[in-house]
Amino acid sequence: MTRDEIFSKVRDVLVDALAVDDDEVTPTASLVGDLGAESIDFLDINFQLERAFSVKIAQGELFPEGVTQDPRFVKDGLVTAEGLSALKAKLPHVDFSAFEKDPQVGKVAKIFTVDTLVNFVEKKVNAKQPA
Amino acid sequence: MRWMWIDRVVELVPRQKMVAVKNVSLAEEHLHDHFAADSARGLTALPVMPTSLILEGMAQTAGILVGHAEEFKEKVILAKITRAEITRDATPGTTLRYTATIDRYDALGASTRGVVELLDHARPDRGFAPIGEIDLIFSHLDNNQGGAGRSGEAFPEHNFVFGHAFKTLLRCSGIPVQ
Repeated sequence: MTRDEIFSKVRDVLVDALAVDDDEVTPTASLVGDLGAESIDFLDINFQLERAFSVKIAQGELFPEGVTQDPRFVKDGLVTAEGLSALKAKLPHVDFSAFEKDPQVGKVAKIFTVDTLVNFVEKKVNAKQPA
Repeated sequence: MRWMWIDRVVELVPRQKMVAVKNVSLAEEHLHDHFAADSARGLTALPVMPTSLILEGMAQTAGILVGHAEEFKEKVILAKITRAEITRDATPGTTLRYTATIDRYDALGASTRGVVELLDHARPDRGFAPIGEIDLIFSHLDNNQGGAGRSGEAFPEHNFVFGHAFKTLLRCSGIPVQ
């Protein structure tokens, strides 16, 4: 499956899950900031991606769990270097370059963009069906 | 009035499917307000079950199905109505049948698909006819308190979702429950 094909299916999932127009779903659009995703939408997106791509997504595999609640990883409202390393290890599909410059814990949810999902699905699909 | 919008569970296939029925009765107080006569506008009363309560009936059907999967240990909360379409009014003297099936299930929650059918007792020859579809997402509350964008709220230890009324309903439907 090509990256364009993956993007197209991801866009369909987001249009359905978030009730947005398809032209709003651009590669750089943030799920929370631009597309209005709320916490429970992440569960919906998880389920819909599983169905759309016939893959199984484990708990915490696509979206992080526990890191921002761990006192070792958060100090004074900022994600620590150790926390950032933990996030990067858990979420290899995420681009942290912008977040690293201003690692406020409240902004963690905003790191998820449409491209993040496409990256994630691309790895999952390729792992299942090596080219 | 108890907040119960299904009368009986008629079929339960654990972790897969549940079917429940609801008899719409003119004894239900809310039907006299939905819709009441409006003499000023020359409108007679039109008792119709509110669509929001049909949604609630499906949420209770699907919620019990999801809760039953882990013997009601999880606090199962309706989190999202992903799709809802009802095409016909349910009036007194009809019976609604809710069929909920589990689409996805994991530690965080479940998604369900649902079909609503209606039996008009004046036309039993027609049987149950589809009048809508309702798809839902449920959250396992205790497993969704941490992580990105989540609330971090504290909730009671006991399972306040599945109370005595639900357990009575299940027992009356012949389904063993602790």
